Amino acid sequence: MAQTNEQNREIRYLNPPTVEVRKKKYCRFKKAGIKYVDYKDPEFLKKFLNEQGKILPRRITGTSLKFQRKVAQAVKRARSLALLPYVTDLLK
Amino acid sequence: MVKQYETVFIATPVLSDVQMKEAVAKYTGFIKENGGEVVYEEDWGLKPMAYPIQHKTSGFYYLIQFKADPTFVAQLETQYHRDERIIRFLTVALDKHAEAYAERRRNNKQAKAAAPAVEEQPAAEEEVKPAEAE
Repeated sequence: MAQTNEQNREIRYLNPPTVEVRKKKYCRFKKAGIKYVDYKDPEFLKKFLNEQGKILPRRITGTSLKFQRKVAQAVKRARSLALLPYVTDLLK
Repeated sequence: MVKQYETVFIATPVLSDVQMKEAVAKYTGFIKENGGEVVYEEDWGLKPMAYPIQHKTSGFYYLIQFKADPTFVAQLETQYHRDERIIRFLTVALDKHAEAYAERRRNNKQAKAAAPAVEEQPAAEEEVKPAEAE
């Protein structure tokens, strides 16, 4: 048993193992230099919503904290003006 | 002290064009009467709403950007509340970034509106685009 284990120690792959290279997330506002998040543009704000119309967390969108607050504010304003729905299905 | 504000209201879709103009004139007039200054107006027309408000699925959207005293906003909002034609409104104070954005947006719209008539439109558009990225 011990011998066979030693022989098998060196693992060989048929295909080279794929190493997942994750793209670094970035804040699109900082990158593009946008300073004001407009509540009048629902198409743009939809990028920060999931299919139910909920605001996506920062860990998914990569938005910085400063702009996440502004996005949240803008989304809420757009919702109150019925530019965006409060609840829905299949937003996208 | 005078600050810049932006107000959007939604009027009922049952209004005729004339009635809508009357409503707009009422509010722009009201702003001017109380020492305010209308900077910009924008008619978004009849738009479908994302969810029904007062059993209505669409409404006339209208945007007014104005300069006024902070105490005036409460007066304007009471007028909105009393008006049965208005089904929803939002008034927002503009900070310096918002003002810059509003101005760019205004210039963009005007450039687009003037585009078919004016020949030097591509040059004007180039001027606008870097500003947008700023």
